[in-house]
Amino acid sequence: MLDAPAAVLTRGLVKRFGEVLAVDGLDLEVRAGELFGLLGPNGAGKTTTINLLTGLARPDRGEFSIAGLDCTRRPRSAQHLIGVVPDESNLYPELTGFDNLSFCASLHGIPRRERAARATKLLSEFGLAEAAGRKFAGYSKGMKRKLTIAAGIIHHPSVLFLDEPTTGIDVQSARHIRQLIADLHRAGTSILLTTHYIEEAERLCGRVAFIVSGRIVRTDTVAALLEPVRERQLLELTVSTNPGAAIELLSRAFGEARFTAVDDSRIRAESSAPLPVGPLVRALEEQGIEVIEARRVRPTLEEVFVATTGLEATALRTEKEKK
Amino acid sequence: MKHWGAFASILAKDMRTYYLKPPNVSWGLVFPLAWTGMFFVRSGANPSELRSLLPGVMTLAVLFGTTSLLAVAITFEKKSRSFERLLLAPVPLSLLMFAKTAGAILFGVLNAFVPVLLAAFFINLSGTNWPALLAGVILTAVSSAFLGLLVAVSVAEVFEAQTISNFFRFPMVFLCGLFFPLERLPAWLRPLSYALPPTYGADIMHQAIGRPGFLPLWLELLILIAFCLVLFVASLRTINRRWIA
Ligand SMILES: Nc1ncnc2c1ncn2[C@@H]1O[C@H](COP(=O)(O)OP(=O)(O)O)[C@@H](O)[C@H]1O
Ligand SMILES: [Mg+2]
Repeated sequence: MLDAPAAVLTRGLVKRFGEVLAVDGLDLEVRAGELFGLLGPNGAGKTTTINLLTGLARPDRGEFSIAGLDCTRRPRSAQHLIGVVPDESNLYPELTGFDNLSFCASLHGIPRRERAARATKLLSEFGLAEAAGRKFAGYSKGMKRKLTIAAGIIHHPSVLFLDEPTTGIDVQSARHIRQLIADLHRAGTSILLTTHYIEEAERLCGRVAFIVSGRIVRTDTVAALLEPVRERQLLELTVSTNPGAAIELLSRAFGEARFTAVDDSRIRAESSAPLPVGPLVRALEEQGIEVIEARRVRPTLEEVFVATTGLEATALRTEKEKK
Repeated sequence: MKHWGAFASILAKDMRTYYLKPPNVSWGLVFPLAWTGMFFVRSGANPSELRSLLPGVMTLAVLFGTTSLLAVAITFEKKSRSFERLLLAPVPLSLLMFAKTAGAILFGVLNAFVPVLLAAFFINLSGTNWPALLAGVILTAVSSAFLGLLVAVSVAEVFEAQTISNFFRFPMVFLCGLFFPLERLPAWLRPLSYALPPTYGADIMHQAIGRPGFLPLWLELLILIAFCLVLFVASLRTINRRWIA
């Protein structure tokens, strides 16, 4: 595995749409067998990156290769190795789930008998066996996304591109999809996944790159990214009154910690030194501020993302507006 | 052939989802029938008139059969993004586009023989040069499908494709010698006639049923083949420029 060529390797990839620099000198390496996350807010250039890498768009500048094949001059030369799951389902509404899968398999030169076997197997693995004979147009959002993923892997690609696989679908389908992605990764598929969900990147990916305005600002393993905040003590207190007064009081009493308001009842306490709950709560209650809840929070990639990119975490939570 | 499976399944899917849908089939049948009927009645139900009408009706059937659904099969799929599936497949672009037009070509060819079948009840078709007739029909179908393809890939919306197709189709009925000889056109319009593929297709069919033509058969076949190549290459270049931008 170590000497296998990188699943994806780009150097200085640039893509401009008129005034907008969608991808701005992108350097990226997805190693063979890796589940790599491209994490960034809407409009960061994630979809454009995938389009460039999969031959749906041409870079203005830069080079890239897929599984060791140089695709710079001929962007479609790795087409037989890749699987692509777009951010919106693009299957045929008129066809049934089964026929959609079978059609996609045929595009990849899979013989007719094998197509049916693979389609049936995938439909059952994805929990869609019941819906196999129904038209795609009638599927729910979650089912559509699952079938789109199934269509993207029916030819057993060695490099898989997943564009926001869990955006805009129900929680249960999203969980199932994350499970399926983890399984694919375990089976040896190299995966480039884009997401604007921090928890998703943290939970699934080995390495993560932060992408902002078409540039990668940082790439590392989830563990290494979390390292600086791992020792950080985080506490969240819910109080009965306006947190302003409580924050002032706590800041005076516990100078080494930082206190911020999360919303109009919650306070976040942050410190690199141990932060015992008892004294904090007592200090507040002595001044007549009731503490409804106090809990420890595990530092997440969110802290790192905010610190690295200078963006508010809310930038990531804004869902893309429907066109 | 390595990509035969992909080609066959694209063709089969398009036949099923577009061309063989009952409303489309009936439209494809009714249209040539109506034209045949109209001209037949106008000619006073004279069988010899019918014979001279046949090539024009066949060309018309091909023209409408090939171009009516391409705008949907291509422009609509592009807009709904399912066309990306095809672009992502490890199949050469030229074969993909040929597969996408194959349904239109097949439908056009089948359409052309509806009037032939009907005419056979009224007039004696013996003496017809069938290979020439078939070649004329097929080349007319291919060239007008590729013209439809060029239109479909040059626009973004289905309605634009249909408007532009009509802009071509209706004048062609008069400019291409379908129902009256080219000599009857004003001289300044004739260069336009010679620039349109159906002119040659209709003339090949005229010759195939034993009527006079304006150019040798082999030359007209060559001209149509050249039209097909030029239109197809232009379509591929347009896709490469506009769709994989
Ligand atoms: N076809 C296009 N034409 C013009 N601008 C585009 C096009 N595609 C993307 N963009 C712009 O490029 C930027 C990056 O978009 P995109 O790659 O879709 O971001 P993401 O997938 O991270 O949300 C955005 O500003 C977007 O508006
Ligand atoms: Mg996107």
